[in-house]
Amino acid sequence: MLKIEDLHVSIKGKQILKGINLQISRGEVHAIMGPNGSGKSTLASVIAGRDIFDVTQGKITYKEKNLLALSVEDRAREGVFIGFQYPVEIPGVNISNFMKTALDEIRQYKGLEPLTGSQFLKLMEEKKKVVELTAKLSNRSVNEGFSGGEKKRNEIFQMAMLEPELAVLDETDSGLDIDALRIVASGVNQLKTKENAIIVITHYQRLLDYIVPDVVHVLFDGKIVKSGDKTLAVELEKKGYDWIKTEYESGKLN
Amino acid sequence: MKPFTQYIHTLFESVAPALPEYHNPYIKALRQSGLKRFSTLELPHNRLETWRHCAIDQCVQSSYTIQQTAKPYRPVEDYFHCKINRINSEMFTFLNGWYVNRNAPLTIFANGMIAGTIFSALQQFPDLVQPYLAQKKEESDGLLALNQAFFNDGIFIYVPDNLNIKNPIQMVSLVEGNENLMINNRNLIVVGQNSKLSIIHCDDSLSFTQSLLNNVTEIHLAENATLNYHKMENKDPDSLLINNVLVQQKRGSSFISHAITFNAGYVRNQIEVDLTEPLATARLYGLYLADKKQYVDNQVKVNHLAPDCTSTQLYKGIVDDEAQTNFNGHVVVHPQAQHTMAYQSNRNIALTDEVKITTKPFLEIYADDVKCSHGSTVGQLDDDALFYMRTRGLCERSAKMLLMYAFATEAVNHVEIAVLRESLTIMIQRRLSGDLTMCNQCSTPCSGNNRPPSFDIDLSKI
Repeated sequence: MLKIEDLHVSIKGKQILKGINLQISRGEVHAIMGPNGSGKSTLASVIAGRDIFDVTQGKITYKEKNLLALSVEDRAREGVFIGFQYPVEIPGVNISNFMKTALDEIRQYKGLEPLTGSQFLKLMEEKKKVVELTAKLSNRSVNEGFSGGEKKRNEIFQMAMLEPELAVLDETDSGLDIDALRIVASGVNQLKTKENAIIVITHYQRLLDYIVPDVVHVLFDGKIVKSGDKTLAVELEKKGYDWIKTEYESGKLN
Repeated sequence: MKPFTQYIHTLFESVAPALPEYHNPYIKALRQSGLKRFSTLELPHNRLETWRHCAIDQCVQSSYTIQQTAKPYRPVEDYFHCKINRINSEMFTFLNGWYVNRNAPLTIFANGMIAGTIFSALQQFPDLVQPYLAQKKEESDGLLALNQAFFNDGIFIYVPDNLNIKNPIQMVSLVEGNENLMINNRNLIVVGQNSKLSIIHCDDSLSFTQSLLNNVTEIHLAENATLNYHKMENKDPDSLLINNVLVQQKRGSSFISHAITFNAGYVRNQIEVDLTEPLATARLYGLYLADKKQYVDNQVKVNHLAPDCTSTQLYKGIVDDEAQTNFNGHVVVHPQAQHTMAYQSNRNIALTDEVKITTKPFLEIYADDVKCSHGSTVGQLDDDALFYMRTRGLCERSAKMLLMYAFATEAVNHVEIAVLRESLTIMIQRRLSGDLTMCNQCSTPCSGNNRPPSFDIDLSKI
């Protein structure tokens, strides 16, 4: 469903991604781990369509389409969802209005009739349960004055509303306490189906105890240097990233 | 004497005898004193501090027509369509400065409230008018004096003590025709002790006309009185509109005003509030949505003259194309006004590089135990927020619209009447999407108007 080939990305002339290759099929959960500054968030941003990054080489194919040629909003309408590490606060924009507008435009893109007010409210009620979102939160402006945990929960709520085919969750576990982590992870698990795929970007194995990945990749110095099953995450947690660095520099990894 | 001042003298000599109540000694003295003061003060020029950015002496015509009587009555529905839906208001319509319903110039309601034309009120209830009319002693420019010399009509509203008036009073001021009219309306609103009133005051154009409206509204609030005052403007691009609002507040009274400019030629909203006794509150909100070459100026002055009073100012603007806006928020805390709380905020969004936005918070504090704050911003739409919204499937236009809408509606969230608030948010939405123009309030199809009404905030280039 998603195929990234030899992806090179730079920002202001500085190379960040140096040849990423990654292939994900429907029904799979992939975890991307790696030390700070290895390019994990850049990868998420490029998939989202952030224009401050330059793709200098390589391509991303999503559902047989050239993802990089799609506008930011068309990527979303084609089913790509990014859960941001730092969700933006949008004062004055009510979450319901925001989601209604988003859904209307996605449905219009797909040639579907917009949901009626009552259909939309019913859907909201149903999806709020996924992340145990309180009425208090959903009546507020998008992320305004939210705690770190509330913001992340709101990201997963939006994911539930938009029902993406590919979700990229960028450090969704950062800034969460244990209860919030459990709620967010359980939300993601409820949204996992045979038809969609999820990329989880994280520093810690802890999240992967809840969201069990099929494949774990290690991103280092702009490349995926190692891939394995979920035991790789456990190994990283135990040993840290230093051994990756040593092996990479000695040429054992490429 | 400048040519315009000279012209005003000549004009006064020719039209004054035809103005209402010319021979009433009280009125005659008011007019003479107005003319005399105007001769000294003249039209404001840009060497005056509050007129630095766009002085009106550059914009006035060399000659104006004064319409000396009301036009024959036509049903208002035939030419005007009010955009505020479902509001149950008592409507008083003024056409070219004259109250249209000359057969019933004054309405006396069962509860004792009086509303109608100021001259009828002056004849029937001089004791309710004279103590309040033209009471402002200080003036920094000649516009108040000009109004006092020429005022032809205006609304008078009197609310006796201890009344809570449920239905708002709506004053609609319309201008039509091809002449360059000069209109001087003088409105007087007196709200008695413990009484509460809401007013919706609309200025609209029915055609493109280089008219000068120089209106003065005097407001007197007795102890614990409350007035919600909504000033709405949807004017044509050739018009000049000066709105001078003077407020006197007694102990414990509340004044809540909303100045909302949807479309303008040259609009200046000047509001001056005197908090004369303790525990009075003034909350002043404003919103301006300006594009093309529109000019909107909001001059706010709050005089804290007594202790324990509170004033709040929140003015917001979205400015597009080559429009210009100006905000000047002046708060004076006099030495005796201890425990004053005064807050002020003006926030602007500039949509192009060609707009000119000036903003000036100005606090003068002479008391030592006060809490005051001020803030002014001019910025663009938040790129990070736009990107975030697009990643959820919104097109850029919708994302910008939602952001602008959110920004603008904050200024009307404090409107107390729910249906009015809803109407205003819809009007904001329509204005931002280019669908609210001065023309769609008019019930008659345009004739002899070769200029297309195009007012939309063009989203393609922001």
